Amino acid sequence: MSPILDINNLYKSYGTTEILKDINVSIEPGDFLVLVGPSGCGKSTLLNCIAGLEPITGGAISIDGKDMTHVSPKDRDIAMVFQSYALYPTMTVAKNITFGMKVRGVDQATQDKKLAQVAAQLQIEPLLNRRPGQLSGGQRQRVAMGRALVRDPKLFLFDEPLSNLDAKLRVEMRTEIKALHQNLGASMVYVTHDQIEAMTLATKIVVMKGGVIQQIGSPSEIYNRPANLFVADFMGSPAMNLIPAKAHRAADGTRIEIARNSGGPIVLTDTKNRDLPEDVILGVRPEDIADPDLRGSDATQAADCLIDIVEPAGADTFAVMQLGGKHVTARLHAETTAKPGHSKRLSFDLGKVSYFAPETGLRLN
Amino acid sequence: MSDLSMSQATGQNRTGKIILRWVLYLALGLFALFYLMPLFVMITTSLKSLDEIRTGDLIALPRDVTLDAWRTAWSGACTGIQCEGVRPYFWNSILIAIPAVAISTLLGAMNGYVVAQWQFRGANIIFSLMLFGCFIPFQVVLLPMARMLGIMGIAGTIPGLIFVHVIYGLGFTTLFFRNYYVSIPSELTKAAKVDGAGFFRIFWSIFLPLSLPIIVVTVIWQFTQIWNDFLFGVSFSQAGTQPVTVALNNIVNSTTGVKEYNVDMAAAIIAALPTLFVYVVAGKYFIRGLTAGSVKG
Repeated sequence: MSPILDINNLYKSYGTTEILKDINVSIEPGDFLVLVGPSGCGKSTLLNCIAGLEPITGGAISIDGKDMTHVSPKDRDIAMVFQSYALYPTMTVAKNITFGMKVRGVDQATQDKKLAQVAAQLQIEPLLNRRPGQLSGGQRQRVAMGRALVRDPKLFLFDEPLSNLDAKLRVEMRTEIKALHQNLGASMVYVTHDQIEAMTLATKIVVMKGGVIQQIGSPSEIYNRPANLFVADFMGSPAMNLIPAKAHRAADGTRIEIARNSGGPIVLTDTKNRDLPEDVILGVRPEDIADPDLRGSDATQAADCLIDIVEPAGADTFAVMQLGGKHVTARLHAETTAKPGHSKRLSFDLGKVSYFAPETGLRLN
Repeated sequence: MSDLSMSQATGQNRTGKIILRWVLYLALGLFALFYLMPLFVMITTSLKSLDEIRTGDLIALPRDVTLDAWRTAWSGACTGIQCEGVRPYFWNSILIAIPAVAISTLLGAMNGYVVAQWQFRGANIIFSLMLFGCFIPFQVVLLPMARMLGIMGIAGTIPGLIFVHVIYGLGFTTLFFRNYYVSIPSELTKAAKVDGAGFFRIFWSIFLPLSLPIIVVTVIWQFTQIWNDFLFGVSFSQAGTQPVTVALNNIVNSTTGVKEYNVDMAAAIIAALPTLFVYVVAGKYFIRGLTAGSVKG
């Protein structure tokens, strides 16, 4: 199958400022692509470029095999949902949804039919005669989605659609968008700065920083094998522990030495990764530092750690300690015996560990 | 104990507030009286006969109310050699003001829409230049404008005056609309573009319906400016195309012999009525419109 969206060597600059540098992404039909990164990383600009709302400086964009680089937004067969919803304030909900069809000269009967379909799908029938000003945030969000759905486009574009909602509604709408994607089998590109949204929704994630793609991959690739320190730190909550460590070769693998405040260093043995430089940054997810009894993995090794802070979070308890001069978080179970100021034996699972070069920040294993 | 002193304190506070309120009302009332005084004198004078004006008190109420002066002012007073009152000139003013207001408002809306929502290279420079146009004194443009009108062949005509007022008003109308449209999120334009709407469609279907408050502000402003204009009216008109302000001047300044104060007053009130009317009818929208941009969600 040919890619539904193909971006090749895209550059975008305003004057002499380069906003996007050499962007190459392509997605298959039915993919849910999430562009994620801190604010100012160029993800929204990239989405606007895909929509044709921003001209690009170099490269090419094709949608469903057709070159769309210089095509105007209306002819790209896309629909877009905006952060502010961008509903037309003087039109009723029904008019908002049918405006596009009206502009394109679709006949009235088809308009009515499609409107009824979409309204039923999103359960917004009672709202059709209201104006956007009379709707709540969640309802506006639904109407904005309706306006996109009614178009039945090749590609849906979402520009941080949930960031104006409160936390509870955001989670609800997130689930709804996911369900919508599964039911429609549509191709979507979604911009967010929220890495949890990215993880939960995406079939493919693009992590961006400073207009440059840091990594492209499935959510599990991004989470388990981050390409560099930035991705490792950005994706996941609490963030991945990045601990400066020393690596020494030994007969049964690599000895990893982590400095401790009290007593000698923690020494762990990694049997899988053998060719490491002496100075590394060890990347361990909080859930890979756990109560010893819970883990049965071969790569698990225990060590005593002095716990500084204990943060109960309901389902889990997070313990913070000092290792290698950094704060390190462990995800313990809710009834853990860890107490602040006391030492606790914790097991380290090196099965999914990441190593990074301190100078370049790039992944080593 | 402390409760008691507290309630006393609030009691004193309340009396103080009431007194202050009444002092305020009194001051406002006095100011209103002061400003309404000339209007009062104008109206009473216009209802008196000349004899009564000569013998009576300036601020006394008329003894015999007569509308003769109004009749004369409307259709009989002499502006130089013609004695048709202000009526033909009043119509001239309407023929000038209504198209000029409509055209300048519409063009201003479109300019504002372009400058605010279709950021193109140099948009800010163009807007600054238009803004600069607001501050050019009328007198500066008189000669070049006269030349322009001559070249275009509309010197001394009503279309010529409409043209002048449209050009001179564009700076202000553009400013009003630009500032209003700048507060509307650009995502609205983007959404409409994705929906397939073009430049004019977006303007007509989305921006104009949003603009009622600022249209009211602009119309009041432009109507007042154009109706009350004297300089352009006197410079770029000829016999038969003069606006009411010029006619009023001629009635007051070109009569010989006895000064007919009652006719002058009536003519002045007639000349001022349309602007008064616009303020009374649309005044509350004017205030609302001036603040609307800031509170729109």
